[in-house]
Amino acid sequence: MAEIPSSRALKDFLGEAEEIIEKLNLDLVGLGDCVDRGDVDPELLNSIFRGAHSLKGISGMFGFDDISELSHHMENLLDSLRLGKLELRPSLLDVLFGSLDILSQLVSGKGVSEDVTLDLTPILARISNELHGDAGTAENPLKKLNIDPAILNVLTEYEEHRLLENLKKKRNLLRVKVTFSLASFDQDLAEITDILKKQGEVISTLPCAGDISDRIAFQLLVGTTITVEELRTLLNQDGLLIESLFAAPQSPLPEAVAIKETSDGALQEEGAEGGGTSLRSISRTVRVDIDKLDALMNVVGELVLSKGAIVNICEQLRLEGNNKHLADLHKATRILERRLEELQKGVMEVRMVPVIQLFEKMTRIVRRVASEQHKNVGLDIRGADTELDKLIMEDLADPLMHIIRNAIDHGIETPGERSAAGKSEKGTICLWASQKGNHVVIEVRDDGRGIDGDKVRKKALEQGLIQEGAELTRDDIFELLLTPGFSTRDEVSDLSGRGVGMDVVKNNIASMSGMVEMNSEPGEGTVITITLPITLAIIKALIVRVCSKTYAIPINSVMETLMIEPGSIRTIERREVIELRQSTLPLLRLGNVFDLPDKARKKGRSFVAVIGLAEKKVGFVVDELLGQQDVVIKSLGSTLSFVRGVAGAADLGNQKTILVLDVGGLMSEALRGESSFYV
Amino acid sequence: MTKKILIAEDSSTMRSLIVSTIAAMGDFDIVEAANGFEALRILPREKVDLVITDINMPDINGLELVSFIKGNANYRSTPLFIISTEGSERDREKGLALGADAYLVKPFSPRELQSLITRFLG
Repeated sequence: MAEIPSSRALKDFLGEAEEIIEKLNLDLVGLGDCVDRGDVDPELLNSIFRGAHSLKGISGMFGFDDISELSHHMENLLDSLRLGKLELRPSLLDVLFGSLDILSQLVSGKGVSEDVTLDLTPILARISNELHGDAGTAENPLKKLNIDPAILNVLTEYEEHRLLENLKKKRNLLRVKVTFSLASFDQDLAEITDILKKQGEVISTLPCAGDISDRIAFQLLVGTTITVEELRTLLNQDGLLIESLFAAPQSPLPEAVAIKETSDGALQEEGAEGGGTSLRSISRTVRVDIDKLDALMNVVGELVLSKGAIVNICEQLRLEGNNKHLADLHKATRILERRLEELQKGVMEVRMVPVIQLFEKMTRIVRRVASEQHKNVGLDIRGADTELDKLIMEDLADPLMHIIRNAIDHGIETPGERSAAGKSEKGTICLWASQKGNHVVIEVRDDGRGIDGDKVRKKALEQGLIQEGAELTRDDIFELLLTPGFSTRDEVSDLSGRGVGMDVVKNNIASMSGMVEMNSEPGEGTVITITLPITLAIIKALIVRVCSKTYAIPINSVMETLMIEPGSIRTIERREVIELRQSTLPLLRLGNVFDLPDKARKKGRSFVAVIGLAEKKVGFVVDELLGQQDVVIKSLGSTLSFVRGVAGAADLGNQKTILVLDVGGLMSEALRGESSFYV
Repeated sequence: MTKKILIAEDSSTMRSLIVSTIAAMGDFDIVEAANGFEALRILPREKVDLVITDINMPDINGLELVSFIKGNANYRSTPLFIISTEGSERDREKGLALGADAYLVKPFSPRELQSLITRFLG
């Protein structure tokens, strides 16, 4: 982190600090109830302690000395309370609430200006009064007990306190020694601790090296009412060593802590309302479950469809004519339309999140994978403010992670190889995002060894994907890498191998109506470009008819539409193309793609929707253009997910359901030259 | 050879602050453990050059981790820093008695951590 916190970091701090304060407030209220009942829940106290502790930690790191100092003193007070050195009096609770109040004012203040501060002297004096007014137990009573110092030495103060509490409750102190395999020790240990927790309290868990290198031993210190024999029967496991460290004495230990004391203090007289504190939050953010947004979006989608129906009725009435309310209805519909657009835009904006959320996760992946691979890799992030639909972003996480792992695993060389090749030892992975029209482009570049065409070719031959002596262009090679089941690695790498290849990445991205492209220079690195629509929820679509079937094409990919005469179609290398402003546009006949009966097709002119995605263009040949419409894309469900060329289904609002084309998928197929993949 | 640092700390904010402080120093491999169990799992698998552990962690606390590392011939020579909170002098003393090489008191300045790392890893 930079010396001066960035505004983003500050925002994060404010968000987290507010969250901690909110939680503290809730917990303190709970603690107040404890005081009334006269029984303090150690977990609750611990949670409050941790809250103050975290606040101190993060504010200290941001140089907010006032927040850090106050939370530090608050933490001291809580620590003494937690360790049983202080008793929970109403006056103490009052001081805690007062401190929290000031903390919350300070945090809000920092949101306005980082220089805002408050005079802490009065509250610090009150805390100190609570702390020292009542001298803590000076001597450690544990010394008197004959417990193995090796155990006592690793207990934190808090655990010592818990130990004492257990002894005070006249529980037996048992030591359980267990040995587990390194591979599964946490589950094994959890099983035992679960049983032990039902019988009392696990005070400490001390790991010790096992006798064999792949095993690990633990010593558990347990406070319980049952005896060694009873516990042995209960755990019923071989290789357990249970011994009694301390049997509960007949006479109890001197009572050190009595929680309940009713001093009729002026509790909560100057509560939250005092001092003109504003209870308003500063971060003004609401966390919402994406499912709720989705449900909202669906309702908006349905509304859009209902509006469509009203517009149709309006049109019908206009054609029938002479209705005196027609003008009013028309006007009302226009207003409804505009408001609905605003609503739709609003909900859409709420779904948008900056890609930094995803990129930050990738930072961790890079660090981890690089360290596992003993490679030195830096990450260059750009365009992190670019916004993307939350759902698309969620679905992008896995493919992106896979691409990055691939880049480190296969692309970036070891530091030795890199310096031998005259490169800096540290490899770089670039993660760049940018918005282009209605699409977001995410580029993953590495400066590694690039894709070795010969190696790909050899593997493809071995796997029978190509014929001996086949001519492969660079694009063919990249295409092979996206073929199901293809992997250049000989051994299945722990990282990228496992049979999950780039083809899965490609399919995942295609299911979001996106597209993956690959480019690579041997020795220089590889670039993988992902192009995604900004949102999938409601899209404008071009409705087309092909052989009496209706389809929707997401309009954000449609660059223009043309009318063509059959004569203008030429054939190059067995592919149909047309000339479009001095360039050649490959054509894809949707009728062929979906193997539709030819008879309905007119011999005369037809229409072409020019589809542009990433840097590529293809013309989809259709019989008729029916118009534009807002559609809500619904998934086809897992049973039909294998159908290629289709991204989903949409309701047109007149009880007609049509298929929405998977533009990305169709384009890749078209550019590869397959005219039909309907199997 | 890049030095590898294991950070055992249950608070993710704290952990990421430590990570970024170290990352700002230059080339270190950083392995993160969100609790004592993860640390125990990482130790035999990775050759770690330095361990930084918080004391207050659930399940296995920092002192127990110190005792494990310093009581094991394989890891004994690995430098180890403990991170404690102000006011918990007893825990800190115990950690040092168990063999921890240095301690940091929260909230510490990035420079404090950096100079300790430089001192122990050169």
